[in-house]
Amino acid sequence: MSRLARDWRRYAVTFETILAKEILRFSRIWVQTILPSVITTTLYFVIFGRLIGDRIGTMDGFAYLDFIVPGLVLMAVITNSYANVVSSFYSSKFSRYIEELLISPAPNWVILAGYLAGGVVRGLVVGSAVMLVAWVFTEIRVHSLAVMLMILLMTAILFSLGGFINAIYANSFDDISIVPTFVLTPLTYLGGVFYSIELLPDFWQAISLANPLLYMVNAFRYGLLGVSDIPLGIAFGMILTFILVLGAYSLSLLRRGVGIKT
Amino acid sequence: MFAVEVQRLSKVYKGGFQALRGVDLSVEEGDFFALLGPNGAGKSTFIGILASLVNKTSGRVRVFGQDLDRDPETVKSCIGLVPQEFNFNLFLPVFEVVLNQAGYYGIPRREARVRAERYLRQLDLWDRRDTEMRRLSGGLKRRLMIARALVHQPRLLILDEPTAGVDIEIRRSMWSFLRGLNREGTTIILTTHYLEEAESLCRNIAIINRGEIAERTSVAALLRKLHTETFVLNLKGRVSELPELGGFVLQYLDDCTLEVEMNRDHTINGLFDALSRNGIEVISLRNKQNRLERLFLDMVDHRAADVGGQA
Repeated sequence: MSRLARDWRRYAVTFETILAKEILRFSRIWVQTILPSVITTTLYFVIFGRLIGDRIGTMDGFAYLDFIVPGLVLMAVITNSYANVVSSFYSSKFSRYIEELLISPAPNWVILAGYLAGGVVRGLVVGSAVMLVAWVFTEIRVHSLAVMLMILLMTAILFSLGGFINAIYANSFDDISIVPTFVLTPLTYLGGVFYSIELLPDFWQAISLANPLLYMVNAFRYGLLGVSDIPLGIAFGMILTFILVLGAYSLSLLRRGVGIKT
Repeated sequence: MFAVEVQRLSKVYKGGFQALRGVDLSVEEGDFFALLGPNGAGKSTFIGILASLVNKTSGRVRVFGQDLDRDPETVKSCIGLVPQEFNFNLFLPVFEVVLNQAGYYGIPRREARVRAERYLRQLDLWDRRDTEMRRLSGGLKRRLMIARALVHQPRLLILDEPTAGVDIEIRRSMWSFLRGLNREGTTIILTTHYLEEAESLCRNIAIINRGEIAERTSVAALLRKLHTETFVLNLKGRVSELPELGGFVLQYLDDCTLEVEMNRDHTINGLFDALSRNGIEVISLRNKQNRLERLFLDMVDHRAADVGGQA
């Protein structure tokens, strides 16, 4: 076997090990990692959908409950993929068992890929659970499965990268909750989860276009319902650009050892 | 071949503290090597650079002929590290900790299970394989760190204070295990505060102080520099007054115990003759340990005085 083939085999084992460790980690504490999002979104469906939704009427031609489903699913994916990587990687830094990986011959891109894959899996597991809950309350038919799956996957990758960068810079457990609380949650709520931006005055519509989450929510809404405030190509292009930029930045942080080496 | 070859290695931390000042050091393949130095001397920085946990500022590091900058993956594959501080996920069971480490080195799961079992058995941890890390005692954690460091079968094992805080029994069993490992061909570099440990285990030694190598020699050659020996004597009766014995320095440890320091050009026969002449009978004697400690302190103190003198 050539050295290249041996190396790739080794990388595959390392990747599988990190991924298995990550899946095991969030599965062991499923009450903390999977259940809360399912309960929260069920409450959203009950309150905004059943109780208040009927009074709101339709939005973009859909019952309000149907309209908010894509945003709620995506919100669960965003929150969980981010939370998984930020908390797992920061814990490994805090307790210093990240050193187990740093001394190993695992290349930086394999380490990054392993952690991202863990975040993506948790995001998709919780997203799927929320989707199942949605089907209890609605009768949504998927408009484009391919678009829906692509957006789910790309969004989970992007926010796993965000969680990774947050963990690299975090110096305390407080630091890993600042971004989700003060940046991620407001952007998600203002990203068209609960409304169409066409309802906003022109000025606020223009401001909303600067919110990257708007593009993801709308692209996912297109995949599920077939309607979007944003052209699909722009949404894909934007998410891909963010992934490439944050991915390159994460690798550069790992190469320089920022936050993990002295 | 050299297991480790370091040239002009320097490290300046962000705050400006220079931990290493152009260190040149080589360790032969198969050696059992001690790196000694006071706290803050640069030992952990040196080890951290070898293990890729610390970024060097300048200099060159080669491990078994491979350059750390050019081929870090090969260098890392050759090294096993037992760090000073515990660095585990405390919620994982013992077996999983070792399996994960094997996975990080690319060892397939089936092979990893075989190796993990072998090393856990050798270090008497197999019965604890399902125990969570947080429930292990300090001594068991230290042994697990050795098992974890060996699972990829490194050619070079680096141990940073491996027996700190463990009881004598575990320490002795770890020494025996490490000696066996070295006999089988693994090169071992050890830092320790227990100089008895270095004296007992290691063939060669480097003393690092203020980021520079103060001495690099064999343990035997270093001990030859020691001009005095110290013995502790248990006496048959009480001694009310210390006798004057030419060439020997006596001091009380208690009424029935004396400590005697003697130059190497004197003999124990001479000591006993002198004691007998003063009516002192000896029941037993033992050589005072930590001979290396004295040399080490002399060396570090002299260098500190030299630096102070130049200032």
